[in-house]
Amino acid sequence: MRVPLSWLREYVDLPAGETGRDVAERLVRAGLEVETVEQIGGDLKGPLVVGEVLSIEELTGFKKPIRHCWVNVGEANGTGDPQEIVCGATNFAVGDKVVVVLPGAVLPGPFPIAARQTYGHTSAGMICSARELGMGDDHDGIIVLPPEYEPGTDAIELLQLVDEVLDIAVTPDRGYCLSMRGVAREAAAAYGLPLADPALLDVPPANSFGYLVKVNDPAGCDRFVARTVVGIDPAAKSPIWLQRRLQKAGIRPISLAVDITNYVMLEVGQPLHAYDKQRVDGPITVRRAEPGESLTTLDGVKRTLSAEDLLICDNSGPIGLAGVMGGASTEILDPAAGPGTTEVIIEAAHFDPVAIARGAKRHKLPSEASKRFERGVDPEAARAAAQRAVDLLVLIAGGTAEAGVTDIAAPHPVRTITIAADLPDRVAGTGYGRETVTRRLQEIGCSVSGADVLEVTPPTWRPDLTDPYDLAEEVIRLEGYDNVPARMPTVPPGKGLTEAQRTHRRVGVALAGAGFVEVNNYPFVGEASFDALGLEPDDRRRRTVTLVNPLNDEEPGLRTTLLPGLLGALRRNIGRGNTDLAIFETGTVFLPKDELSVAPRPAVDRRPSAEELAALDAALPHQPRRVAVALAGERLPSGWWGKGSAAGWADAIEAARAVARAAGVELDVRRGQLLPWHPGRCAELVVAGTDRVVGHAGELHPRAVKALGLPERTAAMELDLDLLSADGAVRVDGPPVSGFPVATQDVALIVDAAVPAAEVEAALRAGAGELLEAIRLFDVFTGEQVGEGRKSLAYALRFRAADRTLTADEASAAREAAVAEAVARTGAVLRGA
Amino acid sequence: MSAPNKSYDPVEVEALKPEVVEAARDEALAAFAAATSLDELKQAKVAHTGDRSALSLANREIGALPPHAKAAAGKLIGQARGAVNQALAKRQGELEAERDARVLVEEAVDVTLPYDRTPRGARHPLTTLAERIEDTFVAMGYQVAEGPEVEAEWLNFDALNLGPDHPARSMQDTFFVRAPDGSADSGVVLRTQTSPVQARTLLDRKPPVYVVCPGRVYRTDELDATHTPVFRQVEGLAVDEGITFADLKGTIEQLVSTLIGDGLELRWRPSYFPFTEPSAEIDLQCFVCRGESVGNPDRPCRTCGSEGWIELGGCGVVNPRVLVACGVDPDRYSGFAFGLGLERILMNRHNVADMRDMVEGDVRFTLPFGMEI
Repeated sequence: MRVPLSWLREYVDLPAGETGRDVAERLVRAGLEVETVEQIGGDLKGPLVVGEVLSIEELTGFKKPIRHCWVNVGEANGTGDPQEIVCGATNFAVGDKVVVVLPGAVLPGPFPIAARQTYGHTSAGMICSARELGMGDDHDGIIVLPPEYEPGTDAIELLQLVDEVLDIAVTPDRGYCLSMRGVAREAAAAYGLPLADPALLDVPPANSFGYLVKVNDPAGCDRFVARTVVGIDPAAKSPIWLQRRLQKAGIRPISLAVDITNYVMLEVGQPLHAYDKQRVDGPITVRRAEPGESLTTLDGVKRTLSAEDLLICDNSGPIGLAGVMGGASTEILDPAAGPGTTEVIIEAAHFDPVAIARGAKRHKLPSEASKRFERGVDPEAARAAAQRAVDLLVLIAGGTAEAGVTDIAAPHPVRTITIAADLPDRVAGTGYGRETVTRRLQEIGCSVSGADVLEVTPPTWRPDLTDPYDLAEEVIRLEGYDNVPARMPTVPPGKGLTEAQRTHRRVGVALAGAGFVEVNNYPFVGEASFDALGLEPDDRRRRTVTLVNPLNDEEPGLRTTLLPGLLGALRRNIGRGNTDLAIFETGTVFLPKDELSVAPRPAVDRRPSAEELAALDAALPHQPRRVAVALAGERLPSGWWGKGSAAGWADAIEAARAVARAAGVELDVRRGQLLPWHPGRCAELVVAGTDRVVGHAGELHPRAVKALGLPERTAAMELDLDLLSADGAVRVDGPPVSGFPVATQDVALIVDAAVPAAEVEAALRAGAGELLEAIRLFDVFTGEQVGEGRKSLAYALRFRAADRTLTADEASAAREAAVAEAVARTGAVLRGA
Repeated sequence: MSAPNKSYDPVEVEALKPEVVEAARDEALAAFAAATSLDELKQAKVAHTGDRSALSLANREIGALPPHAKAAAGKLIGQARGAVNQALAKRQGELEAERDARVLVEEAVDVTLPYDRTPRGARHPLTTLAERIEDTFVAMGYQVAEGPEVEAEWLNFDALNLGPDHPARSMQDTFFVRAPDGSADSGVVLRTQTSPVQARTLLDRKPPVYVVCPGRVYRTDELDATHTPVFRQVEGLAVDEGITFADLKGTIEQLVSTLIGDGLELRWRPSYFPFTEPSAEIDLQCFVCRGESVGNPDRPCRTCGSEGWIELGGCGVVNPRVLVACGVDPDRYSGFAFGLGLERILMNRHNVADMRDMVEGDVRFTLPFGMEI
């Protein structure tokens, strides 16, 4: 809602020195979101005056028509002599009154005006267009004023060129503030000043000879006021003040009748519609649409109607989409295109907010009218609004108001709210007292009676006030939020973060500590994301939760794996010249359930039943928390110290181990096979001592790497954090630390190249028994010495006893037992034996 | 070595003659003095104090002397050895000092060589900002609650007093999940706010409830410098007996003081959210210009856009209808709730000009934030 300050002052006698910013500050604190305060004509400087065109000489020989004019500007130029002006516009004639800017003035821009030589003549000023004066963009031609103004009259005031406009974003509960009347009421309350209510008009009572209207759907339309005005001069134009107010409010002047309906809507908040009475065929009917009906609206679009659409009809069928937009067939006629409209029907109706909201949404037709009806219009303003429009048509267009007054009103129950007088105190945590509460409620238009318990009847323009808390809010807001004291609640002692939350933090810290940088990607994926990974057509991960209205039609799904987003971020970084990369992401993936269902919409007047709650959750996908890493380039950089090492499959597995350690879980690594990983370089990650696979790590498949445009040997890991810590926290018992000396023994075993090192190690551990303190693989060797298809694994075994110094024989025996077990389990051969 | 013998005359033991002992001593002192390096000194040390040195050998002869002669011989040898050891230590000190002055200097390296062999990592500032806010509330006694991102419409809207035709429902441009039959009527959306976690918490726990709920939320905005369709909020909820708007004000003031600092004015603007009543928008006085850029074109402020205020978020007293829908008795309990946009706080607190930087995952953006903010 754009509110010109000059217009606002008509209803509230604001202090003279109060600027737009001052008023905005007060309104903001009362709860109106003033987004901007626009200074109109702030850089404008006169003289800018009314001129009378005395003569026009058409100059020839130029590329465009040029006029050399003499203009009477009265005494404004100091001499009283005619002013010589060259002009490029042609939409004016001798005798017209125009707006002239004289040398020394500054037009908005700023654009200083001086006398100059042009087209062989002196041009001492300019004849102005609306655009040049900052009045709007839609008129290119010269402004031709009505003939009654005297030459030399100041045009800055005449055209109301200097003003301030408050642009207010009205929240859905404050529909009444989509009018000058509503904003003025708030301003009056904010300043403690009286309001001159523009809807307080003398209105003749309804009678039986008004235009015939039938309301077949009183639930959809509970009020319909119709008035008729005849004998309108079709050539009458909107006066300057009216046009200017519309322009400042952001509405383009169109024709007098339409401008008046718009003006009254802005003033009172009641949307009106003007029909050309002679084009309406018989009585008006309000009803829902019937199958197969259509309507061409004012914007020229032919719309197929739905049975829910609320319509205004005559004998010919629909002539308007009620409360949204009128129809083309009864539109006010433009006098420039033939005989203009001379008789109008003014409609001031009240429609059901939900019906209008749905209609506007269905036809994608949010209009000034629908915006107001959706948020609730004062049903009692209809008669005054119609009267105001009639008055203006009579006054400006020379029409005659017909005596018939149609007013169909469904009974409106009086809403009374019972509120404890101290409720605002209890909600705010401060003491206002009953008198303040009563006074504030009266200020917003409520009638209030009672003492400790108040009976409050909200005003008709506040359909949003329905329960005691709505009223409490009004009191607290008007008393000022700044005046509510601040205090701290007494919070019962908390238990801190949960184990899972602590784990999630540790995982992030562990990965960042290991040199990974966290990224957050959008979860949107499409078929192409999975194609690039090389997933099979029947891969389960292709089954996604899908959006109806995705941002990008190519990515309608939600991720089932973190990899597409993460690898996208990797590529983006590489594209920007960041070559050595280790990045990670934690977040949820969205896995559709096997049995899909629709979520219910339980009632909200009670807690849902256990079944309803279960059904709500059943309709949601599984949303486990995952962590993933991706690496490319060098993991350890090369430098003056020597060569670094390239990131590879082992780094991805190491990252998984870092995550598991942070979660307090040991991981076993098995050979795995899952796209998009390299079939020979993929590890399956298993919680130690279980068969629970929690993720995969390794080098990516070369085809995926190529499809994604990533560097060769890019590695990645993805792991399910929920599965990883499914066993809950494990309390570690402090181990006894032996003070006896260590006995170290090395052993090298030759095994078949296909035997996983993890199996060899497991066998050694099992065989070595309790004396084994630690085992470390320090070398892997392949070559002629060990034979084709075989490898040598060299381990350092550390033995120690808790209660004695081990003898050399004991250590050797343990080592031999370890080797024996490895031989038995893996076919290992002791190297050098 | 001679055998103990009572008639044995010590004078006859050559090695214990004073002039011999003194000569050995002098020889040692001369050798130490002549040593020019720690290696030479080490050799001289072995030669003159080792097991085979003259003084050591002489010392062993003492044992064979008759008792009356042992004391004098012992004193003689002891004095000589003392002098030798003293001279050795002195020379050792001198030569070490010399070495320190010379050799360690020669061993100098260029310690300004860049040593960045350990790769650096970092956590995303939005993660650590959320944690900082969580910690502030955990310290007050709150719990951290979480909820799903794909959420039932009922929890995202209806339970929060946003009925199907509520105008506010179209204000939040919602991503709808496709139903099993392909229609839009799945009753499931990408949550547009963290507020459904409020409802979940109230359905889950009995009051008193004090929780903060951080999380990702979704709206159908296009990504630009100040908008992103996927963003983060932190929601707070307190439901207890006697909770008022004043408690909300105190709590937010405490948060601002912890998160941003003291001495800044807060502006409480009445606003509208269906799930709170009264509702407020909280503005924080711009901590860069402190309002001095307002109406002052010569001193524009980028942080607040010369508005003087920065929007922190929305809040209010929980609408009793929300309590009813969640099975909480509104006559006994009341509550407050607030929601903060983390991206905006990060932009303001850390002078981030473009929201896209938080989204695109460029490591150059994230690295400087390190492990905590």
